[in-house]
Amino acid sequence: MNLTLKIWRQSGPNDKGRMETYQVSDISPDMSFLEMIDVLNDQLVREGKDPVAFDHDCREGICGMCSMYINGEAHGPGRGVTTCQLHMRSFKDGETIYIEPWRAAAFPVIKDLVTDRSAFDRIIQAGGYVSVNTSGNTQDANALPIPKENADKAFDAATCIGCGACVATCKNSSAMLFTSAKVSQLALLPQGEAERERRVLRMVNQMDLEGFGNCTNTGACEVECPKGISLENIARMNREFLKASISSES
Amino acid sequence: MSRSAILKSSLVKKYWMALTGLFLCLFLVGHLVGNLQLFIPGMEGQLQFNEYAKFMTSNPAVKILSYVTYFSILFHAFDGIKLTFENRKARPVKYAYNKPGENSGWASRNMALLGTVLLAFIATHMTNFWAKMHFTEMPMQTVDAEGAMLMEPLKDLHTVVMAFFNPSVNNMALVAMLFYVISMIAIAFHLWHGFQSAWQTLGVNHKKYTPLIKLIGKGFSVLVPLLFAVIPIYLYITQA
Repeated sequence: MNLTLKIWRQSGPNDKGRMETYQVSDISPDMSFLEMIDVLNDQLVREGKDPVAFDHDCREGICGMCSMYINGEAHGPGRGVTTCQLHMRSFKDGETIYIEPWRAAAFPVIKDLVTDRSAFDRIIQAGGYVSVNTSGNTQDANALPIPKENADKAFDAATCIGCGACVATCKNSSAMLFTSAKVSQLALLPQGEAERERRVLRMVNQMDLEGFGNCTNTGACEVECPKGISLENIARMNREFLKASISSES
Repeated sequence: MSRSAILKSSLVKKYWMALTGLFLCLFLVGHLVGNLQLFIPGMEGQLQFNEYAKFMTSNPAVKILSYVTYFSILFHAFDGIKLTFENRKARPVKYAYNKPGENSGWASRNMALLGTVLLAFIATHMTNFWAKMHFTEMPMQTVDAEGAMLMEPLKDLHTVVMAFFNPSVNNMALVAMLFYVISMIAIAFHLWHGFQSAWQTLGVNHKKYTPLIKLIGKGFSVLVPLLFAVIPIYLYITQA
């Protein structure tokens, strides 16, 4: 396959940045999208040019590092896949492919396609945890009865890998799907009960402080999420927040 | 912290959007029922409509509801504008190439645009009818269908409305009718997304009820604006 790539190049946080055009040839349709970028970077290094910086780690769709906005969609045209799982057979020979970083005020560009997603970490730190004793005398997981449906929903919410595709694809750069998944995975379980109120209040507060936009329920996040996180989680967080705001004494 | 969260949080702004929006849906139903009386022909229709208009502007319970409606319209608009500006700020650099149609509906992405059209419509609509009824000298209806004198003459809003969409009286009648119809299309799209979205914002997302809410929302968003739009079209055509 021969392809024309239009890639966002930005040397650092203060550079204005621009789209630049590259040609790659002899790309196998069986390559992953990241392998195709590897080929481009190999070519650039041989030419003595600066390779394209991009985030990646596990390359098997579970770490949440890869983060490219490909041809106008987060993680490209596929559904339920991250960029590392997107294969070149999804594209046509001779196609022009646009590759951009996640765009959000809360995710500033570090270099080229790499953005700083530590805003997500700070949302988790604000309340996305349970205070349990892990010092060797951990309770058996089955000691607390949990309805199967709740366990399944909590597990589904917990499959969020925090890649930020929801923010990238949302027209408002809202982090509601991410935050609601992290609220839900604990709100659905008895272990999350102790910090239930303060968790949702603090996480939503932190989400707002980070400068993400407001949810308008377009549903784009759910469609583009590589893990299929459901909008049900957003409704659950809306409920949790409403209840906690009314009943909280602090 | 929760006190400031109640006043400033992104979620609270959305709760207000949902609550005022759903209240305005109820208002639309009430308004529509009133308007449909314009289909009643002759003097009988004129009398009924004018009596209804009098009731709507003088009954104290209706007055309270009307203040809630004014508040809802203004707050919904103010809150919506605020949210839209915040959302713009959240993405300072736009994508060079974006395909939002792949993952979301047109109406859901253009609520602010549709809302702006509606605000312009409400402003002209209130100038044309509401302000006339409240603040200006109106023609009066003095006799009923049988020709008997009324105990108390009624402000003749019926004649004002008829004349407004009558091309031989108002040379802007066609423009008025078309703008009305376009605004009703805008409200249809606004409701298409807004009705079900309000429930999601309030946290109502349930396997049993959400499909029903979505169905009612779609029916509401088509039927209510359609019935509203049919009235000026009917008045224009029958008087042309």
